[in-house]
Amino acid sequence: MNRKLSVDRLETVANDIREDIIRMLEHAGSGHSAGPLGLADIFAALYFDVMQHDPKHPDWEKRDILLLSNGHCVPVRYAAMAHAGYFPRKELLTLRKRGSRLQGHPERTKLPGLENTSGPLGSGLSQACGMALAMRMNNELHRWVYVVMGDGELDEGNIWEAAMLAGKEKLHHVIGIIDRNNIQIDGPTENVMPLENLRGKWESFGWHVLEINGNDVEAVIDACAMARAIIEKPVMIIAHTIPGKGVDFMEGDFHWHGAPPNHEQAVEALKELRTLGGRIRSEHE
Amino acid sequence: MSNLYLADLSGELQQEPIRKGFGRGLLEAGKRNENVVAACADLTESTQMHLFKEQFPERFVEIGVAEQNLVTVGSGLAAMGKIPFVSSYAAFSPGRNWEQIRTTICLNEMPVRVVGSHAGVSVGPDGATHQMLEDIALMRVLPHMVVICPGDSLEAEKVTLALAEDKRPAYLRLAREATPIITTAKTPFEIGKAYVYNAGADVTIITTGSMTYQALAAAEKLYKDGIEAEVIHVPTIKPLDRETILKSVRKTRCVVTAEEAQAAGGLGGAIAELLADECPAPMVRIGMKDRFGESGAPNELLEYFGLDAKHIRLAAHHVVDRK
Repeated sequence: MNRKLSVDRLETVANDIREDIIRMLEHAGSGHSAGPLGLADIFAALYFDVMQHDPKHPDWEKRDILLLSNGHCVPVRYAAMAHAGYFPRKELLTLRKRGSRLQGHPERTKLPGLENTSGPLGSGLSQACGMALAMRMNNELHRWVYVVMGDGELDEGNIWEAAMLAGKEKLHHVIGIIDRNNIQIDGPTENVMPLENLRGKWESFGWHVLEINGNDVEAVIDACAMARAIIEKPVMIIAHTIPGKGVDFMEGDFHWHGAPPNHEQAVEALKELRTLGGRIRSEHE
Repeated sequence: MSNLYLADLSGELQQEPIRKGFGRGLLEAGKRNENVVAACADLTESTQMHLFKEQFPERFVEIGVAEQNLVTVGSGLAAMGKIPFVSSYAAFSPGRNWEQIRTTICLNEMPVRVVGSHAGVSVGPDGATHQMLEDIALMRVLPHMVVICPGDSLEAEKVTLALAEDKRPAYLRLAREATPIITTAKTPFEIGKAYVYNAGADVTIITTGSMTYQALAAAEKLYKDGIEAEVIHVPTIKPLDRETILKSVRKTRCVVTAEEAQAAGGLGGAIAELLADECPAPMVRIGMKDRFGESGAPNELLEYFGLDAKHIRLAAHHVVDRK
C-alpha cells in the first residue's frame, strides 16, 4: 500500500516531479511541458495520498484505477509513478526513445501500472464509465475510478456521450478531474472553443461539481475525499491550475503546451524549481 | 465434404437472418459465463441483443445513440475482466468510431467484441447511408483485430460462443435479411479456419458471409458447364487461413472472390495480398466496385450490383479462360 505523507512533504514530492518532468522533456527533445507541470500537485496527491494502490503489485485487484485521458500529459504520470516506486527513476530519461516502456503517449501494455492507452482525446471518461459499471456488477463498493482530463479535450463529443451515460447511471464511483488550465494548442480555450459555463454544463448532465485550486495538494485531497462521500451522482472536480506551474517563463503561456525546454531553458527551470521559486537557497547555486 | 455436415443443398433450405443466430449465441454465452456482458446503442432488438437483455438486465447497458461511447465503455468493461459484446448497425459501429476502436481496443489489447449488424446492400430500402460496405476493410487493417463474417445464422451462433471464449479484440459482421441456412448444428466452426464446402480442381471460389450460399449455387451450375469449382467458405477474414487457401489455389491456379462489401480492401483485398505474395494467379474480385449502394429490394440490389450466383458463375468462366 501507498504511504500517506504530510502536506509539506507532498509539496516537495510535487516539486521533485516537476524537476523530473523538465529533465525528461529536455532529454527527449520533444513533448508537452505546460500540462504536466500544472498537474504535478494533483498527481502527487493522487499517488501519495488519495489512491489505494501498491507499486509492487500494480495488478492488485482492490486497487483504485487512475485513467489519464489526455495522454500527452503522461510525463507527470511517469514521474509520479517512478517516485512512488513503480520503476526506477533513472528509466524516466528513456522517455520517447526507441525500445522504452515510456512511450510518448501512454501504452497500457508496455508499462505495468498504466491503466489505459491514450493520446487521441476524449475517450478516458467512457472507459471510466465501463469500469464503474463493471464494479457495480461485481458489487465492489470500495473502489473508485479517477479520470484526469484536459480542458481543451472537452471539445470532443465523446466526452459528452460519457457525461450523459454517467449521469443516467449515477456512476458515483467515477471521479473526474478536469485540468482547467485554460490553454490548448491553438490558444486560450475560450478563444479556440469556449467551455464556459463549465460548471453549469456538468451539473446539467447530472454531475455533482467541485471547484478547487488544482495547484493546492490539500485541496485536491479534500475534494477527492468529498467526491468519494457523494453517492447520488458522479463527481467532476474542476481543478483550476496554472499551465507550466513552477517555472516563471512557462506559466500561463500556451506556446509551452506542446514544446520541451532546450538545455539552457531546462537549466533555468531547474534552478527555479530547486529553490522553490526563490523561497530557499539552492545547493547547486 | 461429408465431415462438414452441410445442409442438403438440393432440397428446400430454411432461411433466417444471420443476426438471429448472434442473438441466440449471446444468450447462451451469457448462461455459460456470468462475465459475459452486453451494451447497445439504441438498436437492441434490431441487433438481437434483446434476448440477452431480457434474461440478464443487470448485465446489459443501454448506451443510447452514441457509438463512440459504445466501444469505449466496452473497453472499460473489458479492462475489469468482463467479456463485452457491443452492438449497433455496422454503418455506425465501426463506421463512426474507428479511432476509439483503434486506440482503446486494438492498441490497448482489450477483448471487446464489436458487433456490426445490417451490413451490406441487402439492408435494402434504407439506402446507401445504412448499407455498410467498408467495415471489413476498416477492421482488418487493425493490428490484433479478429474479423469474422458468418455464412448463416447457425454459424453466427457458433461464432458468438467462440468469441466469448477468445481473448482478442474482434469484429463480428452480421446481416439483416433472411438468407439460406447452409450448415447444420454439426458443421464445425473454429476461429481462423477456412472450410472447403465444395471440392473441385478447376477454379477456387473464396467467399464470406451469405455469398457462400451464392457460390455453392454457382458451383452447381459450373459443374454442368464442365467446370469443377472448389468453394472455400472464409468466415474468419482475419487471421486468414493461408494454408487452406494456398493449397487450393496451387491446385486450381485461378480464383474468384465474392463478398457483400467493397471489393477493395475487403476479403478480395485480403486474398489478393496473400496471392500476390505467395501464389499469383488470375483472379476476379466480386464485390462493390468503388461505389455506394442505393435503395431497393434486397435481392433486386444483389442482382443489380452483381453480387449473386449468376455473376460468380460468369467470373469463374472468365478466370478459367485466363489460366
